[in-house]
Amino acid sequence: MLDTIQDLGRTGYSRLGINAGGVMDRYAAQVANMLVGNDTGEAVIEIHFPGAQFLFEQNTLISITGGDFNALLNDEPIPLWHPVVVRKNAVLHFPGLQSGSRCYLAVHGGFCVNKWLNSYSTHLKAGAGGFHGRKLEKGDEISFRESRIYFAGLLKPGREYEVLKWQVDTGNTYRHPNEIYMIKGNEWDQLTESSQQHMVEDNFTIHPFSDRMGYQLKGVDLKRSIDTELVSSGVSFGTIQLLPNGQLIVLMADHQTTGGYPRIGHVISAHLPKLAQLRPSDCIHFKITDIGTAEDLLLAQQQELNILQRACTERLNRMVC
Amino acid sequence: MGNQISEGLNQKALAMQQWLLAHPFEGLKDCLVAYSSLTVLYNPVIIKKHYQPANTVYAWVADRLQQAFDNASQVKTEIRDVIRIPVCYEEPFAPDLAELARQRHLTREEVIHLHTAPVYNVYMIGFLPGFSYLGEVNAKIAAPRKEHPVPVQAGSVGIAGSQTGIYPLNSPGGWQIVGRTPLRLFEPFVPEPVKLETGDKVQFYAITKNEFMEYDQRL
Repeated sequence: MLDTIQDLGRTGYSRLGINAGGVMDRYAAQVANMLVGNDTGEAVIEIHFPGAQFLFEQNTLISITGGDFNALLNDEPIPLWHPVVVRKNAVLHFPGLQSGSRCYLAVHGGFCVNKWLNSYSTHLKAGAGGFHGRKLEKGDEISFRESRIYFAGLLKPGREYEVLKWQVDTGNTYRHPNEIYMIKGNEWDQLTESSQQHMVEDNFTIHPFSDRMGYQLKGVDLKRSIDTELVSSGVSFGTIQLLPNGQLIVLMADHQTTGGYPRIGHVISAHLPKLAQLRPSDCIHFKITDIGTAEDLLLAQQQELNILQRACTERLNRMVC
Repeated sequence: MGNQISEGLNQKALAMQQWLLAHPFEGLKDCLVAYSSLTVLYNPVIIKKHYQPANTVYAWVADRLQQAFDNASQVKTEIRDVIRIPVCYEEPFAPDLAELARQRHLTREEVIHLHTAPVYNVYMIGFLPGFSYLGEVNAKIAAPRKEHPVPVQAGSVGIAGSQTGIYPLNSPGGWQIVGRTPLRLFEPFVPEPVKLETGDKVQFYAITKNEFMEYDQRL
C-alpha cells in the first residue's frame, strides 16, 4: 500500500536538494479538489492499488479522480469524476484494478495536515510533510476541515451517499493514452541517427521497476555517438534520461533534483497526467514536438481547468444557500 | 554553460541565480545551480497571463536568462568564511578508507591528510536533501564509485571521482566512505533545514572516535 498526502508540490527548494514531489497526475488531483469546492492546491490522498479502506466519521462531500480501482461506497459502485455526498459511517474501498495507476481522493474543505516548507506533500526520504512525513497506515485518523454545507440535507433517507449529477469530461487530457509528446533535450543530438529513429518509431514498454521517482522503459538499446561523461545538472519531472545500459528512464514526481545522465528529451507538461496513469507493461510511443506546441497544449489544458473551476464553484455556492 | 567542473562557471551560474532571485518574475518556480549550469523551472501559464509574451513563453524566459547572464558580473560575490567540519576517519565510520589507502600505497594518515588539506568549494546540492558535492579532491585519493550502491549512514563522508561529499540522511549510496561527521547537515524541522549551500567553502578536520561520541551527545 502506498497512499500518501500530496498537493501540487514543494517549489523553491531545489537548490537545497529538496525535490518538488507532489501528485503524479496534476490534472486529476486538481479536478478532484474542484469537484468538492477546494482550491486546486489543497491536499489530496494519492492512492495506489491495492488502496486503503476509508471510514468517514462525518458527513462530507468527496470526489475520486484518476485511475479506476472500482471504488465502492458501502459495497455499491460510485463513479469517478463526480462529487459524491457521503453519510457518516460510510466505508470507501477499492477492490479491483480497472485502469490507470493512481487515483485521488479529495474531501470538501481539505485535510487537516501540516505544511512542511509551504507544501502538504509527503517527502518520504526527509520524513516530513503530509501525514507525519510517511505513507498512510492502517488505523490512521486524518481530520478534515468543517464545512458550511449541511450535507445531511442532500442525502435521501436511508441512503448512505448521493452522487451529484455533474461530471467532468476528461477526454482531452487522457486521449491517445500511449502517445506521449516530448521536446528534444540537451543531449538529443548525441544520439546516433539510428537511435534517434528508434526513439520516435519504436514502442517502449514501462518496466515493473517504475515508481513515483521514475519510469524505467524497455526498448531497443539506444547509443550515443560520443561517450563523454556529463557533469550533473538540474533535472525535472518529465526529463527523459539515457542510462549507461542504453535504456531510458523518465523522471517522475519524486525524482532527484540533479542528474548526470544524458537528457534525451522532456515529456511535455500537458502529457504528464496521462503518463502518470500508465502502468508497468503499458507501451509508450514518443512523438517529438516543439516548445510552442507544448506550451499551447498546456495552456489549453489550463483553460479547461479554469472553466471547470468556475462551473464547480457556481454549483457549490448554490448548495450553501 | 559547459560540461566541466570549473569554479569559474559555477560562480557565474551562482551569480545568475542571485540576480534572478533579486529580480524574480511571476511564474518563477525554482532554480538550482549545478557544476556548470543553472536550471530554471517556471510556470508557463502564469507567465503567459502576466506578461503576454508575443512569442513563446520559453523565448521570454530565455530572454530573462540572458539578462541574468549579462548582469551577473555586477553581482557582488560575498567572500564566505571557511566552514570547518569535524570528521572521524576511524572504524567503524570509514569502511572504505583502508582499501583506498592500500590501493594507492598510502598510509591511513596520508589519506586523511590529503582529504583534510584543501579548502573545498560546494559546487552543488543535489541527490538528497542537503547532499553537498565538494571539489576537488587530490588526484591521489580520487576514487571511482562502487558498482552497486550499499546502505550508507547519515553523516558519512565519501569520495566519488574527484568529488567528495557528505550523506545528510541514511541512504543507499555508491561513494567510497572514508569517515563520518557528527554534524547534522539536514534537519527538516529547523528554520534552515540545510546547513551547506552552493558556493560555501568547506574544510574537514580529523577528530577521534571519543571526540565524535562526545560531539554526538552534545547535539
